[in-house]
Amino acid sequence: MAERSFAREVEDLKLGAGEVFRGEGILAITKALLQSGVSYVAGYQGSPISHLMDVLADAKDVLADLGVHFETSASEATAAATLSASVMYPLRGAVTWKSTAGTNVAADALSNLSSGGVTGGALIVIGEDYGEGSSIMQERSHAYALKSQIWLLDPRPNLPTLVRMVEEGFELSEASNTPVMLEVRIRTCHVHGQFVCKDNRKPSYTLRQALENPARDVSRIVLPPASFVHEKEKLERRMPAAIEFVKSRKLNEIMGPVEGDVGVITLGGLYNTTLRALEYLGLADAYGETRVPLYVLNVAYPLIEEELIAFCQGKKAVLMIEEGAPDYIERDLNTILRRRDISTRVCGKDVLPMGGEYTTPVMIKGLDEFLKLHARELLGNGPPPPDPGPVLSDLRVKALAEVVPPRPPGFCIGCPERPIFAAMKLVEQELGLHHVSADIGCHLFSILPPFNIGATTMGYGLGPASASAFNVPSNKRSISVLGDGGFWHNGLASSIGNAVFNKHDGVTLIVDNFYSAATGGQDIPSSRALNPRRKTNNSIVDAVKGIGARWVRQIDRTYDVARMRDTLREALTTKSEGPKIIVASSECMLNKQRRVKPLIAKAIKGGERVVKEKFGVDGDICSGDHACIRLSGCPSLTVQHSEDPLKDDPIAAIDENCVGCGNCGEVAEAAALCPSFYRAETIHNPTAFDRGLHRLRAAVILWLETRRMRGRARLAGEQA
Amino acid sequence: MTGAPARWPEGGGGRISIAILAMGGQGGGVLADWIVTLAERQGWAAQSTSVPGVAQRTGATIYYIETAPPRGDALPVLALMPTPGDVDCVMAAELMEAGRSVLRGLVTPDRTTLIASTHRAPAVVEKQAPGDGVADPHAVVTATDFAAKRVIAFDMEQLAKSNGSVISATMLGALAAAEVLPFPREAFEATIRAGGTGVEASLRAFAAALAQAKAKPVEPVQRFPQKKFVAWPAATGNAEFDELGVRIGRFPAEARPMIAAGARKLVDHLDAAYAGEYLDRLAEFAEADRAVGGAARGFAFTVAAAKYLAGAMAYDDLPRVADLKLRAGRQTRVRREVGANEGSIVTTTEYFHPRVEEMCATLPAKFGAWIEARPRLVARLRKVVDRGRRISPNTISGYLMLALVAQQGPKRRGSLRHVREMAHIEAWLDAAKAAFGVDYDLGVAVLGCRRLVKGYSDTHARGLSKFDRVMGALPLLKARADGAVWLDRLTRAALADEKGVALDGVLKTVATL
Repeated sequence: MAERSFAREVEDLKLGAGEVFRGEGILAITKALLQSGVSYVAGYQGSPISHLMDVLADAKDVLADLGVHFETSASEATAAATLSASVMYPLRGAVTWKSTAGTNVAADALSNLSSGGVTGGALIVIGEDYGEGSSIMQERSHAYALKSQIWLLDPRPNLPTLVRMVEEGFELSEASNTPVMLEVRIRTCHVHGQFVCKDNRKPSYTLRQALENPARDVSRIVLPPASFVHEKEKLERRMPAAIEFVKSRKLNEIMGPVEGDVGVITLGGLYNTTLRALEYLGLADAYGETRVPLYVLNVAYPLIEEELIAFCQGKKAVLMIEEGAPDYIERDLNTILRRRDISTRVCGKDVLPMGGEYTTPVMIKGLDEFLKLHARELLGNGPPPPDPGPVLSDLRVKALAEVVPPRPPGFCIGCPERPIFAAMKLVEQELGLHHVSADIGCHLFSILPPFNIGATTMGYGLGPASASAFNVPSNKRSISVLGDGGFWHNGLASSIGNAVFNKHDGVTLIVDNFYSAATGGQDIPSSRALNPRRKTNNSIVDAVKGIGARWVRQIDRTYDVARMRDTLREALTTKSEGPKIIVASSECMLNKQRRVKPLIAKAIKGGERVVKEKFGVDGDICSGDHACIRLSGCPSLTVQHSEDPLKDDPIAAIDENCVGCGNCGEVAEAAALCPSFYRAETIHNPTAFDRGLHRLRAAVILWLETRRMRGRARLAGEQA
Repeated sequence: MTGAPARWPEGGGGRISIAILAMGGQGGGVLADWIVTLAERQGWAAQSTSVPGVAQRTGATIYYIETAPPRGDALPVLALMPTPGDVDCVMAAELMEAGRSVLRGLVTPDRTTLIASTHRAPAVVEKQAPGDGVADPHAVVTATDFAAKRVIAFDMEQLAKSNGSVISATMLGALAAAEVLPFPREAFEATIRAGGTGVEASLRAFAAALAQAKAKPVEPVQRFPQKKFVAWPAATGNAEFDELGVRIGRFPAEARPMIAAGARKLVDHLDAAYAGEYLDRLAEFAEADRAVGGAARGFAFTVAAAKYLAGAMAYDDLPRVADLKLRAGRQTRVRREVGANEGSIVTTTEYFHPRVEEMCATLPAKFGAWIEARPRLVARLRKVVDRGRRISPNTISGYLMLALVAQQGPKRRGSLRHVREMAHIEAWLDAAKAAFGVDYDLGVAVLGCRRLVKGYSDTHARGLSKFDRVMGALPLLKARADGAVWLDRLTRAALADEKGVALDGVLKTVATL
């Protein structure tokens, strides 16, 4: 079970008509699903949509009351395939994932789904992981909507609009027999706002009804000749139906003056930034009043030609604002206008950058350039937009660029993956550098300092797969890393099965931390916790053996750096053929602490005997070389300048956040570093036996120590 | 359409923008939630956003809040990201994050109040350098003083801790003191109460920060702590120690504190006689220094010799470590560090990994060298000796084992390690004296090179090799007026990274001079 509780957020899902919901965008969408009478929800967790999954995973009662089926899919492909329940039956279903990474995985199912079409509303909530805060390649999910003909909603980033688009998205899907994507950007998912709720709705048709009254229609199955009919149907029937729906419901919005020489067309998701840029240019105010006509596309696809023409006609020029490459909408807009011989100039990526996030400064610059070209009179003599330029060009600030260190995300305090990479570094010192294929997950932080390990990453669960070509006789083997999340997502077949089948000679390291950790600590098949609603405790070792791997080693305590190092060395040097697989298991420390910290605090308070461990450094022994840090990078292992006048370099220190994982000591031991580390074991509420033993030992040691120091002259004030 | 909207900035309608820069796990989200709730409770519209990304508890992250009074029924359209040049208040939960906010253009002199905690949490790139990689805090202060309209900066982390709370509470207190938001103190406190968890501690930390921000909004930052010089005690009741004190008194006053520190260290390392040897060697340096008018330079040569010779003579070896681990006062320090309370028992486990090399080093020089010269014997011994050992000095067996190792300390004058260290020291000191003869500063720089030799096992070997490479450039540098500058540069480069990549770069440059 995920260790973070969403009990408070679950309460928000129960709000009734007229009550005000206050919270995150992604949770507003979750609530909107329930208000829309959804029958089932599935998905694969990932930033920025993880909370949708997390809250529903904790909302058993709410879901049971409404008769909604929720499941955590094995992958985005599974989630997309889940929507097939809406093909034949009037069941509303929603799925979610991080995009474009997840949409890539789901693409096969999505193509099939959109070809045959749907009866019940099918909504795909995609977290568009683009721009600042993103953790994946920078691409637009828009392409999938275009190629598969899935409608794409890109709502204005405020809660009432998000909720409305969920509700109307289902209707649009049903009216046009087409799945609908709801695209929400990172900041939109995390935006805090409010909306007035409606009551949750039980689905009008249930999964049970569908199961008990099965239906089939061969014309919905993607196989010739039906597939050719589907294509025709998509273009001739479903598309016009969607356009009619979008028009009649006024899903796109027109704002500002009706007349004007120029106009701005923007995607809903970019509306707030567009408006702010206009405000800085003196063309809008903070409450949405604009002097420039605005056409806001809450529906990014399909484009409503009639609305576009009405907006553009009579204007000298329009600016199309769409983020990322390629400029799909701008191209379509040009085609639409050219076909009708409308001479309105279309600007877009000529004044705005082709790639990168459209931040406010970027928008100001683009709009300013556009207006200078086509409506200079609008700009007038207002105060200049905010400009940090003079500050940034000052030498005192420029000097800072050399000083402020980068601070990328990295392994948490006590992370069980740290000792794995420490061991890899030790093996590297013995056997030289190796080609290392990395994967997606927390373990990818190995590519950063201090470890600097890993050459490529090709997708979730594809670490070992991406080493496939390196299966030739050589004096060095390839090493691939695969997380437990990636293993169950795709890795078992695509990476391990492939390596076994092709007799790959490389080493695969499976990092098993009992959770899908990077996405927030959700359960996966090999999670060790008992989850009453899921079947956990499925062994990764059994799975790889089942698929045919023979050289398999299980390390059940990754903090054993020496064993980790020796096992890796053995895997790299053994004569054994076929893939060499090491499963390195220890619980994700972030989640472990969430679980045990309150328990320990309670036990100590309750007078129970508890032993707590924490590490420390004897500052007098540390010479300030920091070799320990280069094998760790733990946030709680830090440095501080010494008061000792004989020491120039800062010495290592361990702060109070240390969780006593043991990595420091194990690394110092395995790498034969300096003996300055110690582990302090604190016995809270010691028993009478503890106290007696301690007193006895202390007395004997005191006697021995007094004898040892006898005759040895000491200066007052020396260091302890 | 209701006519033309008011122009910016009036068109902003009294909107207030706040950016929070924090590291993951610092509670930036809690702070943002408090501010949003606070504004909403006062009837304002408020919005916060963030890009927290992955689940890890590290990494720099930013939260952004906008709040504005409603205008009739109209709700403001609030932005999802800060616009550089238009941020009313930046709250940085760590000093370098304050620097980052300036670099991002979020802090501008016409409008930004900067609230920053001045404590440091060094990033990995700062910590991993084999020398001092910690960024210069004064560069941040210089930049923020210039870039911000107003600065409130003190150690909010420490203040939070001392009040049993977390930094989000002290930062909220500083925000209340800054009066960036037109809400009374009571409204802030009511918001904390409404949160429901850790209310009392949060309120305490909030009040303390508010008071400090009003009374003394800016606390100066300190890059290095004051070095602790303990004067040689006047009368120790020990003739040898008193004799050392008299001898130290004969050195130039500028050098005495460092010499006292060095002598103290060597008494601790071995005995008073060893400290006497130290003073013998130093006397020669002080003499040479005086002869060339070293007073004008604060006797820099003597001070450098005092500092680095003490470090070299108090080389790191196992007897010394074992001795330090047994000190009676250590137990008290450990208890304090782990925050142990009265009734609890604290024991420690020490992590040792002695290798054959360390074993030989403690043996009598000839015997140690004899073993080292026999690779097959070394290999066999390695199987017995060379492994990690965890010893608790709180158990009787652990104590005895460490005491046995520590016992070797007083005998170390004849050990292989001692003989080697002394030979290395002599060669280094000779080089320093020779360089000093050519140029005062070059002599000081050669003494400073010894900083590279430190630590145990591989670390020690790597340090020695870097030392040799730097010293290898000395003949080239002797002929140059700026030789000392280059030698210092080489030493610093050698401390920049583990493998010596930066050092290689500077050595190449030196070769082309």
